Amino acid sequence: MTMHLKLRVWRQPGPTAAGRFVAYDAPDLSADMSFLEMLDVVNERLIEQGEAPIAFDHDCREGICGSCGLMINGVAHGPMRGTATCQLHLRSFRDGQEVVIEPWRAKAFPVVRDLVVDRSGLDRIIAAGGYISARTGGVPDANAVLVAKDDADSAMDAAACIGCGACVAACPNASASLFAAAKIAHLGLLPQGQPERAKRVLRMVSQMDMEAFGNCTNIGECQEACPKLISIDVIARMNRDFLRASLLGREERVGSSGEG
Amino acid sequence: MELRARTPAGPLAEKWDRHRFEMKLVNPANKRRYKVLVVGSGLAGASAAASLAELGYQVSCFCFQDSPRRAHSIAAQGGINAAKNYQNDGDSIWRLFYDTIKGGDFRAREANVYRLAQISVDIIDQCVAQGVPFAREYSGYLANRSFGGAQVSRTFYARGQTGQQLLLGAYQALCKEIARGTVLMYPRTEMLDLILIDGRCRGMVTRNLVTGEVAAHVADAVVLATGGYGNVFYLSTNARGSNVTATFRAWKRGAAFGNPCFTQIHPTCIPVSGDYQSKLTLMSESLRNDGRVWVPKRAGDTRPPHEIPEAERDYYLERKYPSFGNLSPRDIASRAAKEACDDGRGVGPGGRGVYLDFADAITRLGRQTIEERYGNLFEMYQRITDEDPYRVPMRIYPAVHYTMGGLWVDYDLMSTIPGLHVLGEANFSDHGANRLGASALMQGLADGYFIIPVTIGDYLATAKLDKVSADHPEVRGALEGVARKTKRLLSIGGSRTVDSFHRELGALMWDKCGMARTAHGLGEALRRIPEIRAEFWENVTVPGSDAELNQALEKANRVADFLEFAELMCRDALHREESCGGHFREEHQTPDGEAKRDDERFAYVAAWEYAGEGAEPVLHREPLVFENVQLAQRSYK
Repeated sequence: MTMHLKLRVWRQPGPTAAGRFVAYDAPDLSADMSFLEMLDVVNERLIEQGEAPIAFDHDCREGICGSCGLMINGVAHGPMRGTATCQLHLRSFRDGQEVVIEPWRAKAFPVVRDLVVDRSGLDRIIAAGGYISARTGGVPDANAVLVAKDDADSAMDAAACIGCGACVAACPNASASLFAAAKIAHLGLLPQGQPERAKRVLRMVSQMDMEAFGNCTNIGECQEACPKLISIDVIARMNRDFLRASLLGREERVGSSGEG
Repeated sequence: MELRARTPAGPLAEKWDRHRFEMKLVNPANKRRYKVLVVGSGLAGASAAASLAELGYQVSCFCFQDSPRRAHSIAAQGGINAAKNYQNDGDSIWRLFYDTIKGGDFRAREANVYRLAQISVDIIDQCVAQGVPFAREYSGYLANRSFGGAQVSRTFYARGQTGQQLLLGAYQALCKEIARGTVLMYPRTEMLDLILIDGRCRGMVTRNLVTGEVAAHVADAVVLATGGYGNVFYLSTNARGSNVTATFRAWKRGAAFGNPCFTQIHPTCIPVSGDYQSKLTLMSESLRNDGRVWVPKRAGDTRPPHEIPEAERDYYLERKYPSFGNLSPRDIASRAAKEACDDGRGVGPGGRGVYLDFADAITRLGRQTIEERYGNLFEMYQRITDEDPYRVPMRIYPAVHYTMGGLWVDYDLMSTIPGLHVLGEANFSDHGANRLGASALMQGLADGYFIIPVTIGDYLATAKLDKVSADHPEVRGALEGVARKTKRLLSIGGSRTVDSFHRELGALMWDKCGMARTAHGLGEALRRIPEIRAEFWENVTVPGSDAELNQALEKANRVADFLEFAELMCRDALHREESCGGHFREEHQTPDGEAKRDDERFAYVAAWEYAGEGAEPVLHREPLVFENVQLAQRSYK
């Protein structure tokens, strides 16, 4: 059974160029195609006609690398809950449906081209403190550190973040709180993460503010858009950690840089 | 070209220790004078870049993705092996070493594999210290599961996302160094050539994928950790961007390529559903812990699975390999699936599929346990196929997954070009002709965290490296070469897309150089590949310019390399007149259809040297000497 979609796609030749929606007719599709395979087909046709294909980020196509991310009819990653764009299939759409495709929209994510945006702000948030400073070597036996199963499971729930940026794109404030809080929760739930816990939250929150991300006002769109269904409970946890660390107030608030 | 493996003397268990003692060290204060370029930010690249920076070297790290966290190691599902013997089930460093050598069908170097098994235990310690949320028992201790090719439980895992968690651990360690200013990170940047001066690798040429800027980077050493070349088949479980370009261009600069024909076909992937398909999705091998593989006994049986009674099902892995059963190694399980489908007993559309059935496990353990173990994999399967694997058995089929072949390296992980080191899947070293499950993550991290930080010091301390100026003729020459190639790709203006060539090449390779190979088929491929390549250079169309984000141009560059590299693979497969591991030559099999090695003639690493445009590559042989294990026909019966 073939399908037909009417696309309206954001085209923007470069970061400073003006962008606009362009309509494309996409006939002869299959319901079993993934959304990105549909874009592949459209691009093949564009190239054959000598036109520039639609630029979009993608890589693993199995929902784990976090490269892909499109606003589909105004919803980050499209209509299927808990699913990254690459794992969305055309069976989630009606034959003949109009589909509007846009890049992530956020001041902190400038458009590079068409549907490709610059998400390096997320890397800088991690570089500000989203780690445990364990140098290679000189660490104890893995079973010398016990972790209660519930804590390990909760840490894993938070660590499942793929860094796609859907939370930012879905948030009316373009806040990166869910992203930052997920890492803070992952590391803060583990005994290994305790020594740097206060420093981590202060630095990461500070970096988030230095980037052009907005603040969290508990709207909850982020958890709805998250392809890994990370809960906003982690944000409450981050706020608690932040408050405690601020009251103890021993850590300077510094940012980070280092992109080459 | 001389292949000097530099394997240390002495008893197997003491080689690495002794070697570490004998190597020259770089004084801590001098390390900052050395600059090292690391290409790739997967498990091997990120762990190497972070560890080298911690030691004090100046490091630059490059990846083509928009963030180093997206390298394809992230997609590894099942787990990582380590000889911890936490289960008290008889594991040891020796057993992991032996399983890996045997699993690789005796085509890997003993000393390298033994070192890998030794280091495996340190990796788990390191990852736990970084906060990798491995699965735990209720006691708080680490949990383990079993994987193919082993009869002990030594695989550590983080749900079905082990690669993701290990990579994020390495990525975070890398970010820590980026923040300290000790690593300069270059995302969306691709390596397109090496710079050789006085026979040593002294840098490379890159293209910035956003601006198109082509730049030279000079350094004291280069580390390639650029992954495998499975995408030569077009369809594989690799990420779409995974490519051979870095290693292939290093080959053209004089690095020998080891065993290019050794590719791994993973038995449990979701079958192909249409010709628009862009990639194949793996279903973790860990599923074979509880899933049972079967096909109908009768050819052409089209009844739905629940209507096929027990007596009319063939659980062929359990039948043929009773002691390993559904956990037989990957090459064996893949071939068995192909055989069943070739017999007309395959299931699903097109008949290229077998069942992986969890009904017994769900009855025995309950749905909740299965959900805990494999929940995310079941969801992924359902999203892709629209079928519920809790109710209907999964349909799976083998797909290209990993490449054991890669640039030849010595014991220090240095290629035949001095100063060029190669880590992880990009090198040929540890897995022989077949890799066991959960061993890729182990090797990537062993190379990056624990081997290269030591061995590169010995190179830097002993090589006499003069300062290289940025306008050295070799630097200018490499820059010009890259620019010329890009211009040429953009100027062809033909009528076929890059992808159409890639698909054509992939179909040919899968057919002639895939799960079963023959001299006849490989000969045909060797005739056909130059024809496809010639048409590519006459009739491909690459829109846009070189001064912008141009994804079609990126692909064209990579596919152009695949079109040459495919020939090297087929040549290697044709010359290896034996079957071993993932390399199955139909002419060489036992009466019951198992791979038949020829140790007399082929117990060596085939290392191919580039001999110039249009010339046949030159074969060099590194004999494999087994002093500690007895070569035997691999049996999993």
